[in-house]
Amino acid sequence: MTALEFTLVVLALSALAGFLGALTGLGGGVVVVPALTLALGVDLKYAIGASLVSVIATSSGAAAAYVREGFSNIRIGMFLEIATTIGAIVGAFLASRVSTHALAIVFGLILLQAAYMSFKGTPENAERVAPDALAARLRLGGAYPVAGSPQPYGVRRVPAGFVTMFGAGALSGLLGIGSGAVKVIAMDRIMRVPFKVSTTTSNFMIGVTAAASAGLYLKNGYINPQVAMPVMLGVLTGALIGAKLLVHMRVKTLRLVFGVVILALAIEMIVNGIAGKV
Amino acid sequence: MDDRRLETIIGRLLRAGVLLAAATVLAGGVLYLARHHGDPVNYHSFVAGGPQTRTFTGIIQWAAHGESAAIIQIGLLLLVLTPVARVAVAVAGFLLERDRLYAVVSLIVLVILVFSLMHAT
Repeated sequence: MTALEFTLVVLALSALAGFLGALTGLGGGVVVVPALTLALGVDLKYAIGASLVSVIATSSGAAAAYVREGFSNIRIGMFLEIATTIGAIVGAFLASRVSTHALAIVFGLILLQAAYMSFKGTPENAERVAPDALAARLRLGGAYPVAGSPQPYGVRRVPAGFVTMFGAGALSGLLGIGSGAVKVIAMDRIMRVPFKVSTTTSNFMIGVTAAASAGLYLKNGYINPQVAMPVMLGVLTGALIGAKLLVHMRVKTLRLVFGVVILALAIEMIVNGIAGKV
Repeated sequence: MDDRRLETIIGRLLRAGVLLAAATVLAGGVLYLARHHGDPVNYHSFVAGGPQTRTFTGIIQWAAHGESAAIIQIGLLLLVLTPVARVAVAVAGFLLERDRLYAVVSLIVLVILVFSLMHAT
């Protein structure tokens, strides 16, 4: 393959990954890494390095659009970023100590979990809760637009959410993904933050989390300019288009479509990891 | 200054940072393809590159020489710095809101980010 062909193919794949990732709030990384490794045989370390920078682009590029809709909560995001950034440094350190095959298998398991979440179609926590004592002291609650008028929401179980966010950060640093799925679990499932607030705040947090492992990735040579260039530009373009459509689309349909893609990638990633092909 | 206004400012800052980074990466990419479009490439096995793509000083020096890979890396560095700037603006914003708790929370995140970037140089 020539440099031009490689760049164009990666650009197209990445644009699709960014589009799907933005629509689902899960980030482009979970699609772009398996696409690069499985379809093009790119070494996993180059793939996760390129993915890491592209999720920073996705997160930051879409932020302005999300803010305008009035969903994201900067206090929840900033507070939990303490956990995700420390986790990300730990994860990036581990990435340089673990074999590529093991990384591929862990990646596959994360994809399986993402697919499971998509199929299960977790009902949105429509019922709002009163904040518990710690969340009230941290002033984590807020209000989000429902049918044009602001509806207040409370937050609960901050310590459990914080610990889960550390795990999300570690996965982000280990696999070069935004780990938006785990971030959304921590907020939507554990802390009872409304789903749309969770996904948009998660998107906001992904860039900061990924930036915390970028230094180690750069130093270890995972960020290869010729690979990262088309991945970053492609994912960013796809994500900006996806973010514009997000608020108009139904969450349930999105999750089902995404689940099928993710499940196929998960199986292939695990099989290849075990067979030592990735 | 309230939270909504602060988020809007941060959102715009992030978008500007990303556009600047993307433009730089694109410029480096066009230069790279103009020079190397016909070169055979495969990235099947991992080889850590030289200092021109892995250290801050190396990247800046080689970009100054017009090395396309280093120009791409400059763009990617700008991208990495964008969320760092976002946290710095949040620190200032919360101070303006006289919200000491969240000014400190943001400052902790900023220190972690700076530490990790310094650690890697």
